[in-house]
Formats: sequence, structure tokens, C-alpha cells
Amino acid sequence: MSNRSTLQIVQISGHPGPVPGQGVQRQDQVCKLVDTTTCIGCKACEVACVEWNDMPFQQTYFSNTYQTMPETNWNYWNLIKFNEHEGKDGTMQWLMRKDQCMHCADPGCLKACPADGAIVQYSNGIVDFQQDNCIGCQYCVAGCPFNIPRFNQSTKKVYKCTLCSDRVSEGLEPACIKACPTGCLHFGTKDDMKILADTRVTQLKEHYGMENAGVYDPQGVGGTHVMYVLHDATQPELYGGLPSNPKVPLSFTMWKGFFKPLGLAAAMLTFVGVIFHYVIEGPRRIQPEMPIKSGGSSAEGER
Amino acid sequence: MATSAKDFGERPNRIDELGRTVVHEGELLRHTVYTRVLHWLVGIFFFLALLSGFGIYLPWIFRLFTPLLGGGSTTRMWHPWFGLGFVIFFGLQVLNWKGLMRWTDADTRWMRNIKSYIRNEDPVEAPDVGFFNAGQKLQFWEIAIGCVALLVTGLMMWFPEIFGRVAVMISYVIHDVFALIMLAGIFIHVYLSTIGEPHTFQSMTKGTVREDWAWTHHPAWFQRITGRDPRKALEEKRARLNRERIE
Repeated sequence: MSNRSTLQIVQISGHPGPVPGQGVQRQDQVCKLVDTTTCIGCKACEVACVEWNDMPFQQTYFSNTYQTMPETNWNYWNLIKFNEHEGKDGTMQWLMRKDQCMHCADPGCLKACPADGAIVQYSNGIVDFQQDNCIGCQYCVAGCPFNIPRFNQSTKKVYKCTLCSDRVSEGLEPACIKACPTGCLHFGTKDDMKILADTRVTQLKEHYGMENAGVYDPQGVGGTHVMYVLHDATQPELYGGLPSNPKVPLSFTMWKGFFKPLGLAAAMLTFVGVIFHYVIEGPRRIQPEMPIKSGGSSAEGER
Repeated sequence: MATSAKDFGERPNRIDELGRTVVHEGELLRHTVYTRVLHWLVGIFFFLALLSGFGIYLPWIFRLFTPLLGGGSTTRMWHPWFGLGFVIFFGLQVLNWKGLMRWTDADTRWMRNIKSYIRNEDPVEAPDVGFFNAGQKLQFWEIAIGCVALLVTGLMMWFPEIFGRVAVMISYVIHDVFALIMLAGIFIHVYLSTIGEPHTFQSMTKGTVREDWAWTHHPAWFQRITGRDPRKALEEKRARLNRERIE
């Protein structure tokens, strides 16, 4: 909310050379904090997201769950994942988690993306897709450990939550935060949200006896700009498949960042090779070749 | 026609009948119409797949290719179809050539001696080199294996929603590696079939080659087709040329 300046870019996908504007300005890291212990599954955040981003609503169906639809979609970026969990002691829990882009500090989608400028990371931590530059290869889908980017078959582009970068750049909170009636959603700087999350976890442990309560801020992706407070942080998978140790795939970091341009250069060396072969060794001509000197020995003309 | 297509291990078929291969005096039939049509279909789809693939491989370098095919996402949409065309027509070429491309002991000897081939030490190929030499066979089977690898990995990236993200992140590296090998190979192929070995190109356009080309580059094939000794044929022509010079 403190961010009132134009968003500066710190990382660009598939981009050669330096990033313009990188390090020009110091900006606070923004963060969403989702307290799953106070979510009532009202879906006000889902509606607010669709409303603010002006997306067409699609038909869905009832499948004996409190979930609006099975997965997020290219035009539905924010979904309350619902899980009816039976504990070891026979108690029942309704686990509800707001599923959306986690805005990783080390984004797998950006690492995987080959298209120059299709995915950018702002200095406040927001990871944003620029559909104008997207080529629809869907590598970001494979690169994302949270299964977030969604492909639109008709536009051939990929979409996901922008963390309301348009609102945040104007100093407003994201639409979902604005709509939340229970105060389960918080927005602020990452540092503030960490303190708030820790306070809540302490409260859950001391007042409610939730010994496993904890904060979800996975370090495998450098931390995220969306954090969760979970009743049981030891089993994040219970919350609609939240990965316990998300990581950027090695094939995208190693291959793309290093071997890809190197491999191309190696293949292009063949082109240089054949040119120098022609220059040094010359072509293989049909034999016998015509002698140079009239009446001379034919052997002289051979090479 | 000096020779019949049967002698080349290629069965004449309906497409051959659609076209015509005129073999002039001093020439031999090298590739039938069907083979030539397949070759150029493979070539067209190879370069379409290559150019569109470049635009996906490193868009920051090859962005200039993508507008030709309608922009980045349209290029990405076309690429698998181009690849499919390449694999299908190359598959037909494999069926067409599998006999001629069989690896022999002579090929193993050729590969051991590859340095002298590159260095042009003997301007005439070894007498046991047949219709294709070992280098050609190696490249052919490399592309055949590459086609299978590119098809399998390509399908996984074409339909990530079916195969899942782990399949995509592995496929993507394998797909790139085989594409790079083929990229390196195409330079050698184009070089040797044009300026590297003069008079080779006409075998894929007119379908014929000169007799002296045949005894220079494929002596065993020349012998099989004409029944003449390639070295002797070469020496006879050399003697004739020298005689003409003196006169």
C-alpha cells in the first residue's frame, strides 16, 4: 500500500543484457497474507477478482464440494480450494485456501519463459505476464511449481493473477483483499506481513492448541509474495495440493540460462567449419580433373 | 535410359510415373521422381520447422523470423504441424531407403578412415563405397532417430495438459538437443551437396548424375550399375583427355 510510484522492473524473461530500470529505485516488497484459519469460504475474493479484472464468467458445475470449480482458469485467477479433512482423532476440518499466483521471489515461470518480456518481475515483488509478448509455448506452465499459469486456447496466450499490479501501482490494495469480510486477507510490506503471520501463529499455538500451526513462505523459490498461515504447516498438501517444497525445475535454470545459447553456438560452429573446409581443403571434384597445362602430366592437375 | 530404377534398390511407383527422369549420354539415374519429391517435401518441412523453432528457442535472437509466420503465438501454433510434416515425409523416406542405408563392413572401414575423407587425401572414394557412403548413412540414421525423439518429446510439449509438467521439463531439453544436432547436420548436408562436391546437386533436381561423378564418389555403385571397373573407367577418361590436349 506504500507503493505510490510507477512499478520498476527487476527481471525480464528471455531477455539479453541488463534490465532497464533495475536497481534505480528502492521499493518495498509487497505481500498478501492469507490466514486460512479465519477463511469462511464466502468467495467474495473470487467475485472481486473477476469483477476488477473485468473477466467473463464461465459456466461451472456442482461436484459435492464447496469449490466454485475444480481448478483456476485463464479467466478465473483466484479460487478457494476446499478440502474436508478428517484428523487422526476423528475430528473434522474444513480446510479452505485461497489459491492464486504466489508471486515467487525466484519465479519458475519467468525462468522457463523463452519470450523476451513476456513475464516480468517488478521491484516490489509482483510477477506479471505481458500477453503482448507471450508466444503461447506454455513452458511457464511446466516451470511453475504451484500449477498456476493457464492457457487460453482461443488467444493462444497464458494468463494468471497479477496481484492487481494496476491497483498496487496506484497505492491501492488488491481487489480480493478489499472484498474480504472476515479479515482473513491482509496486504502490506513483506516484513510487516511476516510479523503479523508470526503473531497469529503464536496465538494459534497458545490459545487454540494448534501445535503444528505455521507460516507457509517456501524458501525453495526464494520465498513468496503470498504467504499462508496454516493450521498444520507440516502438511501443506492437505490444502488443495500446496507443495511442501516447491522448486524451480533444474532443466529450466541450467539448460535455458546456460546450455541453450552455448548449444546454438556449438551448432553454428559447423557452419564455420564447412566454410573453412572449403577454404582450406577445397571441394571434392569429379575425377579426372582437367590438367592445367596443355600436354603436361595429368598428375599435376589433380590437386 | 541407361539403367532401370530397379538397380538402385528403389521400387518405381505411381509417383515415379507422374514425373520423368531423362538420362542423357554419359549420365546415370540416381534418384527416381518419388525419392526427389519426398526429399524436397522433407526439406520444406524441415526448414519451416527450423525457422519456427528458432522463434521459440531463443526469441530474443530470432524474433525477426516470427512475423513471417504471423507473430510469436501463431509461429508456436504452426511449429508442431511443420514438425509433423517433417516426421511423416522423412518416415516415408526411411521406408524408401532402408535397404540402401543398411550399414556394412565397408561403412565401418570408411568411418575409421574419415580423416582422409575430410582432408581430401584421396580424391576418389574407396572402391567399396556403394550407393551411399558411411557419412550419408550416419546422417540419415541420426535424423531417423532424431525424428522419433522429436516426435515423442514434441507431443508432450504440444499437449502439456495430458502429459504433465515433469514430462514437459524433460522433453524440452531432449527436443532442443536433437534439434541442435540436426541444425549442425544441415550445414554439412547442404555444403557437401552443393559447393563441397560439385555436380551432386543435380541428383536431387534432374535425378541423374554424371558417370565420372559416380566413379569418383560411389565406385562400387558405378561398378554394379554399369559393370565397368571404376578405376579403369577413370584412367581411360584421363588418357582420352590427355590425348585431346596433345592433339
